[in-house]
Amino acid sequence: MRSLKYILRRLLYAIPTLLAISILTFALSRLAPGDPVRLFTFGATDLTQQDIEALRHTYGLDQPAPVQYGDWLWSAVFFDVGRPPSLASQSILYHRPAAGLLFERLGNTLQLALAALLLQLLIGVPLGVIAAFKRGSLTDKFVRIFAVSGHALPTFWLGLMLIYLVSVNLRLLPSQGLLTIGHDQWDIPDRLRHILMPAFVLALAGIANYSRYLRTETLEVISQDFIRTAHAKGLRERTVIVSHAFRNALIPVVTALGGILAVLVSGALIVEQVFTWPGVGQFTYAAVRSKDYPIVMAGVMFASTLLVLSYIIRDIAYSVVDPRIKAS
Amino acid sequence: MTATAEVTLERREVVPLRRTAAGLWSDAWYRLRRDRVTMAALAVIVLLILVSLAAPIFEELVFRYKFDQQDLLHAYNPPTLDPIYYIFGADEIGRSQAVRLLYGGRVSLGVGFAAASLQLTIGVGLGLAAGYLRGRIDELVIFVITVLNSIPQIFLLLIVASLFAPGPLPLIGIISVLGWTQITNFVRGQTLSLREREFITAAKTVGATTPRVLFRHLLPNVMPLIIVLAAIDVGTIMLLEAALSFLGLGIQPPIPSWGNMLTNATQYFFRGGHLVVTPGFLIFMTVLCLYLVGDGLRDALDPRLKTH
Repeated sequence: MRSLKYILRRLLYAIPTLLAISILTFALSRLAPGDPVRLFTFGATDLTQQDIEALRHTYGLDQPAPVQYGDWLWSAVFFDVGRPPSLASQSILYHRPAAGLLFERLGNTLQLALAALLLQLLIGVPLGVIAAFKRGSLTDKFVRIFAVSGHALPTFWLGLMLIYLVSVNLRLLPSQGLLTIGHDQWDIPDRLRHILMPAFVLALAGIANYSRYLRTETLEVISQDFIRTAHAKGLRERTVIVSHAFRNALIPVVTALGGILAVLVSGALIVEQVFTWPGVGQFTYAAVRSKDYPIVMAGVMFASTLLVLSYIIRDIAYSVVDPRIKAS
Repeated sequence: MTATAEVTLERREVVPLRRTAAGLWSDAWYRLRRDRVTMAALAVIVLLILVSLAAPIFEELVFRYKFDQQDLLHAYNPPTLDPIYYIFGADEIGRSQAVRLLYGGRVSLGVGFAAASLQLTIGVGLGLAAGYLRGRIDELVIFVITVLNSIPQIFLLLIVASLFAPGPLPLIGIISVLGWTQITNFVRGQTLSLREREFITAAKTVGATTPRVLFRHLLPNVMPLIIVLAAIDVGTIMLLEAALSFLGLGIQPPIPSWGNMLTNATQYFFRGGHLVVTPGFLIFMTVLCLYLVGDGLRDALDPRLKTH
């Protein structure tokens, strides 16, 4: 009961945050120089000034900014209740609702984010645990160096170097896209070959993070009394590691999952750009450049909502997994 | 009692005792000097800064080649010692990669350090004020932080960066105005716990004014944390600069920065692969060293936090 109230209150608090974000994004994206109508009619020589004015009027771009914002809010959040569908939340370039366009690309981004998450867990967690148990060894030193350098690599540079080495020189993996053109979309091996490099590049910082985190956490756990008791009982080393130390060290990792997924989805922007992965980030970036305001709004609001929700889920997960943390 | 003491002693690294007691800073410096990795990283950073600052000297005396001097006949020249100015090769219009890296370093390091110091000024100021004064100011600061932290940073930077003509100064402004939240959070948290301590009450009791309490009593206590954050911050900003360059929103040529040199070079991947390697490696090295220094400083300044 108390926790239900807590969740409701957190969700309620999220509303002003998201409103402020939408106002900020709306104002900033429209302050930028450039006019979408001029951009997409570029090169049309038979266009008169009147045509341009008419087009601007059609999209509501001639209205004062607050009116435009209200129009967008009513259209995007309240689905045009009590009036015919407005163009305010429709893509200027595609003439379709921006949310729908974004939704079509969401699957691709989620694929990438989940694959990266999987790599982070499969590589980062064992690395950290091994480093902790072999503290001071060569493996430990390697993991610690890796944990710092994984953060220091510019993402796009790593991506481009991998393309250069793996795709261009060794010809092992494809360098862009979801799957080979002409292949069946359920050709899973082909899709895996395509997703491997972008997922790894997206995962690298997280792998570094996890290995470092797990190392500290495991070191803390194995210095506690119940581990000594387990050893004293004569349990095998493996049993101690797997069912005593590992399970306890994993608690913070599990609670952080939601937040990490949100970070991956928004962090995918650059990776998507490098590997021409048709996802939400790349789409939003293209919209910023072409001044397709409704898509910019949809993209930023989507990513922000995901982030806000993941903060809430993280806090709830903390209090569920570790009852010592009060939900206050 | 003795048994416990022995156990803890055993686990600690053995640091020889010093003859005289020392303050926080000289104590930290003593520990830092023994940390070879951190000292090496610090040396690399100092060297990079000095070499970048001396760019005109290298240009005139060592390479004898202007940073914007072109030589189309030697475009994409691979790295060679003869002539010396092509030691890192030539770019797509025959400019010396080495000299341009020196000047790029000035811009990249400059943006990193300038934006970080601005961020720190904003972050520390707001953090101290919010944490010490509480009330309305605190609520406002927290709300702004919540809003800024709830927008994925790269999206926000993307939109704001397209507002300005991309140059070093607007970039410094954008990065610092959007990136102070983490520092503020840290400083605010520290201030919240420090303000309840006896020495603050004592200072207030003897009639210290609010600015005096803030700057003479609170600030010195959060200083160690600030220095650690600063080192890491500079590195993160340099990565951001590179990422924004890649998205076409960073500093624009002809001003060279490591970020835009790297981005530019990726267009000539097949003819001049060497051009991609050097700027990327320099960014990586610098950021790595900054992170290592940050880690080392944290251990040196607060031995209790030592992460083994």
